Amino acid sequence: MKRVALYAAALGFMAFAGFPFYWMLITAFKQNRDLYVGAFDTRHVPWIFNDPPTLEHVRLLFGQTDFLRWIANTLIVVVAVVVVTVAVAVPAGYSLARLTGRWGERLGIGIFFTYLIPPTLLFIPFARLVALLGLQNSLGALILIYPTITIPFCTWLVMGFLRSVPWDIEEQAMIDGYSRLAVIVKVVPRLIVPGILTVVVFSFTLVLQEFVYALTFISSVDKMTVSLGVPIALVRGDVYHWGALMAAALFTSIPLAIVYNLFIDRFIQGFTLGAVKG
Amino acid sequence: MLLRRRHGGTATTVKRSLADRENVLGAALLAPALAYVLLLVGVPFVLAIVLSFSTATAGSLSFGWAGFANYRAILADPIFRRALANTAIVTIGSQVLVVVLATAAAQVFRAAFHGKRTARFVLLLPWAVPVSLAAIAWTWIFDSTFSVINWTLKVGGLLHGWLYWLGDPTLALVAIIIVQAWRIFPFATVIVLAGLSSIPQEVVEAAIVDGAGFWRRLFHVELPLLLPVVAVAVLFGVVYTATDLGVVYILTGGGPANTTHVLPTLAFQRGIQGADLGQGAAIAVFLLPFLIVVAIAMLRLARHTEVGTT
Repeated sequence: MKRVALYAAALGFMAFAGFPFYWMLITAFKQNRDLYVGAFDTRHVPWIFNDPPTLEHVRLLFGQTDFLRWIANTLIVVVAVVVVTVAVAVPAGYSLARLTGRWGERLGIGIFFTYLIPPTLLFIPFARLVALLGLQNSLGALILIYPTITIPFCTWLVMGFLRSVPWDIEEQAMIDGYSRLAVIVKVVPRLIVPGILTVVVFSFTLVLQEFVYALTFISSVDKMTVSLGVPIALVRGDVYHWGALMAAALFTSIPLAIVYNLFIDRFIQGFTLGAVKG
Repeated sequence: MLLRRRHGGTATTVKRSLADRENVLGAALLAPALAYVLLLVGVPFVLAIVLSFSTATAGSLSFGWAGFANYRAILADPIFRRALANTAIVTIGSQVLVVVLATAAAQVFRAAFHGKRTARFVLLLPWAVPVSLAAIAWTWIFDSTFSVINWTLKVGGLLHGWLYWLGDPTLALVAIIIVQAWRIFPFATVIVLAGLSSIPQEVVEAAIVDGAGFWRRLFHVELPLLLPVVAVAVLFGVVYTATDLGVVYILTGGGPANTTHVLPTLAFQRGIQGADLGQGAAIAVFLLPFLIVVAIAMLRLARHTEVGTT
């Protein structure tokens, strides 16, 4: 009996969480005459394929929209933001964990708190900054600004990660005659590969998810990222191509969800501020 | 520390000792991150507040002092007051739902059952998907003609009239709260689960030995111990909902008739689309009270747990 209740509850939560994704799936492959039947027609069941599924919407998405262009734009921004974030946040996290002593911890919390300052407070001053730099409507604006979100969180992640890596290896290298700098250059990179990987994945997911700055700075369709182009530019006037829209949402969400799943525990350690010993 | 003194004492070369000075190295490695954060978060943050006292527009780079004019204008504006109230309603409403859903879901997902990996994957989907894509999917689900929710309610005999989800101000707010809760509860669940796994097993066993049933154990033993972790989840949830633009922008665009605006969408409409940077900035500044409350609460929690664990 208790097992039945457990499975029922688990199914209930799955249904609530997963329902919009089921709806994306079924919409993406339904024929239009099966799709656009008013919900007041109680004899037509919208939950299933009443007509055979079709690839029509997928063909429309890849053939007649800028979807592939948006994917390319997103990848350009991802690569640039990942490079900047790794180059800046990983040394900073190492510094705070190993070199700066007690005030490093305080400074780390301070940097983490800047992660709480939201894009919706900063997009207006950034609008002015981007205009000053002449970066309106260019991917450069996103590449410049996205690290303001990734760097604070990733510095914090690396700092937390290093706390779980024992000192011994670095100490031994110093006893062997390496200078502190030589240890950092030659020994440390190997130790923090998993930390760097988490930084890469976090930056990647963030760039795919970000909407506010993209909406503010990118106006032409061929410069858009996926998360901006799909909900904004796939709607032509008042015409929503729901099949293609849902196909795009589905194809973007599922790979992202798989990557996210693998790293969720690391992210959560960051979010809980060490309140939970993992 | 000891090692450094040994090298520094002999001071073989200047280069050598520089390469061993931890404070110099520490500052050098930290400098780029600090510069980025100060220049591109700190300065814009101050600029956000300065702009709210200015007549700045998006068209020109001129800058005129406006005093409190922007604040007077928005405070007298019923659309702004509605947006402020909506922000509070959506944030509180969705976070109440999130706490209930997440503590319940955590109780389910701590147990072992078949297919748990798949279940966890599905549970995390709303948190992984880009918010704008989730919002467009929900827009379709709430469509006034094709809403599958209406169809299901009608077939189930629960609905006799018709629900214009995004066309009615009250229903639209309900829809926004549902979407925000849906998007954030998986994240809260995972945080609560992490908290549950850190409760010492002896405490739970002692409660069982003392004859405490499931509900007693839940409300008198586990929930009090979980409070700091639930608080962390709620604090992030408050930040994510109060400052979110995407859900409302895509779901309703602030409509019908400007009744469902929240602070970020109104700031965007006035500041970016309307090019009135000054007024947009003033609207966005009203997000600060939400953020300050969260920041103070987090600092307290951090201090609390630091004392608790060390």
